[in-house]
Amino acid sequence: MKIVCNGTEHQVAAGAKIVDLLKEFDLAADTVVVECDTLILKREDYDRHELREGSVVELIRFVGGG
Amino acid sequence: MLIIAGRSFRSRLFGGTGKFSSPAVMKEALDASGCEMVTVALRRVDLADPADDIMSVLDRERYLFLPNTSGARDAGEAVRLAHLARASGGGEWLKLEVTPDPRTLLPDPIETLKATEILVKEGFHVLPYMNADPILALRLQDVGAAAVMPLGSPIGTNQGVLTKAMIEIIIDQAQVPVVVDAGLGAPSHAALAMEMGADAVLVNTAIAVAGDPVRMARAFAMAVEAGRAAYESGLGMVSKDAAASSPEDGLGFLR
Repeated sequence: MKIVCNGTEHQVAAGAKIVDLLKEFDLAADTVVVECDTLILKREDYDRHELREGSVVELIRFVGGG
Repeated sequence: MLIIAGRSFRSRLFGGTGKFSSPAVMKEALDASGCEMVTVALRRVDLADPADDIMSVLDRERYLFLPNTSGARDAGEAVRLAHLARASGGGEWLKLEVTPDPRTLLPDPIETLKATEILVKEGFHVLPYMNADPILALRLQDVGAAAVMPLGSPIGTNQGVLTKAMIEIIIDQAQVPVVVDAGLGAPSHAALAMEMGADAVLVNTAIAVAGDPVRMARAFAMAVEAGRAAYESGLGMVSKDAAASSPEDGLGFLR
């Protein structure tokens, strides 16, 4: 199924969870914060929260800034 | 000792983490600066290069992260960024920035006040970036800002303390710490702000883009210390007329 992650379309398996998406990008859960369909998810929900067709996911992290 | 929201800081220099040429240079420069609080921004992970996590080089035990809301153009966007910062492990600390115009990056006073009020109620320690407006500083203080951060000059311009007269009034009136932020381009600018009685300064660009950022960080640290020591020592009065430093008596042998 199709989702939108950080502004671009991605294909993920039906029933994929946030944790699967993080694995695909090789991201450690504690270095990112995940917003799914405008909801900020708790880290403990990453392996529970299922993506849906058309889900809009934002993977955000701290970067250098002033 | 500087205390903000119940936390004490030995260093009165706050660092930024943007614009450094590499994470290694950033780490070394921040180490040299002696700062204990550093600003960070929040952005989308670059999915083309997800391993690029420059914050992993910084020791979170040594540095308190002060997430900013840079990029927010109104109170709503700033609040959303604040929530993301907290979820990212940024704790309750927040440098609130609301800059609707990308050309000037000047802070929107109305949206900043609105967002401060909302975020203080949600338990954040809000340090709002603001124009050097003494009335606004009082209003921000009234709604619970943990400190106020008036600008010396626009972000990244290195123009120094163009707002001197207004910052002096803010310092006179403030019940919360005053952190001069933005536009400090040289150690002398930081020293001036500290001599005026600012509680701290925040410097990013001037250190990050220096030919030798590590040495420049050290230079800023010395300037901040010198300025603070001068302020605490009590500066002499400024006067129009000269006042001789050498005795005026005892010159009878000359004429």
